[in-house]
Parts: sequence; structure tokens; C-alpha cells
Amino acid sequence: MGELSRMWRETDHRYRMVGEKCGNCGKLYFPPRDICPTCHRDSIGKMEDIEMSGKGEVVSFTIVHDVPPAFTRQRPYILAIIKLEDGPSMTGQIVDTLPSDIDIGTKVRSVFRKISEDGHSGVIHYGYKFVRDA
Amino acid sequence: MQLSNDVFIIGTGESKYGELWERSLREISVEAGLKAIESSGIRTKDLDAIYMGNSLSGMISGQENIGALMSDYAGIADEDVPTLRIEASTASGAAAVYEAYLSIKSGEYDLVMVGGVEKMTELYGNEMIDISSSILDREWEAFFGGTPAAMAALSARKYMKDFGVGKDVMAAISVNDHKNASMNPTAHFSNIITMEQAINSTPVAEPLNLMDCAPQSDGASSIILASEEFVKREKKEGVKIAGSGISQEYFALHSRDSLYSMKSTVSASRKALQKAKVGLNDISFAEIHDSFSIYGVMALEDIGFAERGKAKDLVFSDIGLKGRIPINPSGGLKAKGFPYGASGVGQFVEGYLQIMGKAGKRQVENAKYGLLHSVAGTGSTSIVHILGGE
Repeated sequence: MGELSRMWRETDHRYRMVGEKCGNCGKLYFPPRDICPTCHRDSIGKMEDIEMSGKGEVVSFTIVHDVPPAFTRQRPYILAIIKLEDGPSMTGQIVDTLPSDIDIGTKVRSVFRKISEDGHSGVIHYGYKFVRDA
Repeated sequence: MQLSNDVFIIGTGESKYGELWERSLREISVEAGLKAIESSGIRTKDLDAIYMGNSLSGMISGQENIGALMSDYAGIADEDVPTLRIEASTASGAAAVYEAYLSIKSGEYDLVMVGGVEKMTELYGNEMIDISSSILDREWEAFFGGTPAAMAALSARKYMKDFGVGKDVMAAISVNDHKNASMNPTAHFSNIITMEQAINSTPVAEPLNLMDCAPQSDGASSIILASEEFVKREKKEGVKIAGSGISQEYFALHSRDSLYSMKSTVSASRKALQKAKVGLNDISFAEIHDSFSIYGVMALEDIGFAERGKAKDLVFSDIGLKGRIPINPSGGLKAKGFPYGASGVGQFVEGYLQIMGKAGKRQVENAKYGLLHSVAGTGSTSIVHILGGE
């Protein structure tokens, strides 16, 4: 149960894909960070929340067969790095499709889904996954 | 105080690497340490400090504070030797050597022991997948199903696509590792494997198969480092640490410019070579961090043994013990084994044996300089050392 606050504080970012925009150079970041790696101290206090579009394309993907306990029921699943139109790249699953319909360059969009659960009676974690953007 | 100059490895020791069900974390660690003490002919009371490399003992064994634990069980609790644990995930061992090296370089210490230990087989396989995923970004990679193998697979897929190569380029790294490990009594695996076996093994995270992935091994390695002054005074033989480099890169794979180049390795190897004042052509052998075969391929290119995308011109013909650049004479992480915090120190054990000419059947001819490469996580930290020279 010690995980509750760790999960709760990320809900904006995981449910609505809220990242950051550097108020100094304008670059977008996801996941959120408090300091822009380009502007350093000029960005402190100037990082603004901004919602990502959730649209992007597959940079690379894998079909994961050896999975951690929390993902046993999803085995095997597709994990990908997605480059968002907004700029940042992120890691997430691709669902509702066969691996054979996915390739590097495939267009995807984010959806809100259950990610994992802490055993039979534990907390259920939610967040983004991706589907093909037909 | 007069600053010491060079730092030498004057002795090494290791436990067997493998599935050591009947042996504990402290037992294998002490075994490696005592062997290193014996090999160097020093007395424990002369040690100025001990640095322990370890990555996951807290999560695996529920045991932190292992620096103090190890010095106690080495029987030197009364000798007042400061002992610290150094953590840099899968590069913890190399990081511990790096810190020990600096402590002698600084002039503060003359004689330091470095240990690396990991007990990987205490838990069931899929529990270990979750725990080993703590070397990744827990909140933005592992939370969504990222595992170490999955992240390496993302690099592999992109590499294969961009350079139009097959799985055989990666498999060649594993085949070479197993061949060398068959001549290393310490190694986890003693069997050789064929290209076909490697390519057709069970999928773990496609396109990576079981034979692309280093095993979960128990193991401990230890080395003794001494200042030049100590070596001269005590008339010891040793192998010089000629140069070292450590570099950082973005933490999560998705934050980086490239999925198949570790900037940290490019930079760390450049720094280490510069400090050692040698070129890649002087290197007689290399121990590279192939926790996944694709990382071996990437290391060959990032270090500079092959141009980007051209590891295929090297791996089939030139990385054997008699090849142009022998890779992983020890058997590497794939076949010597991969106890996270020990493997970085284990590379120094191999480097020492090779340069001293004591590597037995797997001896590289005229081994003069060795390059040791260790990586944390998916490349967030790389540590490179050059051994050898006068």
C-alpha cells in the first residue's frame, strides 16, 4: 500500500498525458521535468504544464514474452517507443492490434487503459496505452 | 602528502559464477575477497579501505548496508577498515573500482580492496524480472511494462531495420561468449552454442531470444589495488590501470537521440583512451558489457572497433581469441555470467589474468592492453577502463 502516493501524484501525467513546456525555449517534455536540459537555470520556475496530443508514430517495438508478475495476464504484449507529434518520445504498450499490423513508422494515438494491478485485491493502476490511428 | 601516481591491480579472486543455491550472499563475497588477499600476498590489516559493488541486494535479499556486513564476515571487524557500498545498477562493480582507483590516485590510500557481489537466484524468475526492472525508469518505462530485455529489444529492432541486418549479427556475440566461457572454470556456462541454436532459441522480447540475454547468475569477484609506492616498497607484481572514464546520458531510453548508440560509452571510452595515452590499435582484447547481445554489437561501434552499422564486418571473423580484436575472453556477461554488481569487477579479474599471462586455455597471445566496458541500465552510465602498460 506504500505505493499509493507514488501512483496518485502521477495521475495528471498518466491519465491526461500532461507534460511540460519550457517557458524559456518553448521545447516540450514528457515525462514532466522541472528543469530544461537545454536552458538549465533559465528554465527554473518557467516549466508550464501542457497536455500532449497523444498522436505519434512507432520508433521501435518489441513483443514481450518474459513479463513481470503484474503483467502476467497481458502476456505477450507489444511495448513501443512512440515519438509524439508534439516532440517528446515515450514508452508504452500498443493494444487492440496484432504485432503483424505494427511496424516502425506506424501511426498511433493514445487511449486511457488499465495498466496493471497489484495482485488480486490490490490497487489497479491506470494510464495511457496506444492504438493504431487508422 | 606526496601524490601517488599509478594504480596497480596486485591480486584477484572470484567465486564460481552460476546458480549457487546452497551458498549465501556473504559466503560468496568473502570467498572472492579471501582469494584476492591470498593472490596478492597482503595482510588484511594493511587495507586502507574496501569498496563493495552491488546493485540489488536490498530488493533481492532484503539486505542493505552490505559494506559493513562483508568486512565483518571477512573477519576484519576489529581491524577498523572503512567499507562502503557503491551502487550504479549493472555497472556497480566498475563504479566501485573507479572510486577505489580515485582514492589511491588522490594520495589518501595505498592499499584498497574492491569487491563485487550479487545473489540473483534467490527469487522466482518473473519476480526477478520486476526487480531487475529497477535499473530502468520505474515510473516511465517499467510501469508500462518495460523490462531490461524489452528495452534492449527496442534497440535491436531499430538497429536491424536501419542497417538491414539479421539476428545473426547479435547471435555471433553470444556464440563467441560461450566458446570462450567453455575455457573459463569460473564461468556460469561451459557449453558451446551454434548460430542456429542462438537464433532459434525461445523468444524473450522479440527480436531477442533467450540466447541474446545474459543469465541471472550468482557470483562475487574481488581485486586488490595498490599505489605505485606500495608496489615498489613491497616488491609486488601487478597490472596498471592506465586510464579510466565514466560518462552519463539521459536516464530513459526514450529520451535519447539514438536507440542504438550509447553516448555514455562513446564518451567514456574516449576519455579512458586519452588518459591512458593509447589508441584502439594498441588494445589486445576487450571485455564488453553484453547483458544483451545487441548491447555487445552497439559497444563495438560506440567504442570504435567498428563503424556505425558495420559490426557485421567484425563479429563473424575478428572477435575470437586469435582474431583482430578478441572480445570477452572471459565468456562475457552472456556466458561467464551476469551477477549485476560483480560483473564489472569480474572484468578486472579477467583483464589481470590476461595481461599477467595467467588465463590458461583462453589466453590471448601477447595481451598487453585490455579495455573493460561496463554499462548501467540501458546506457545511462558507462564506465571504461584501460589496463596495461609500463
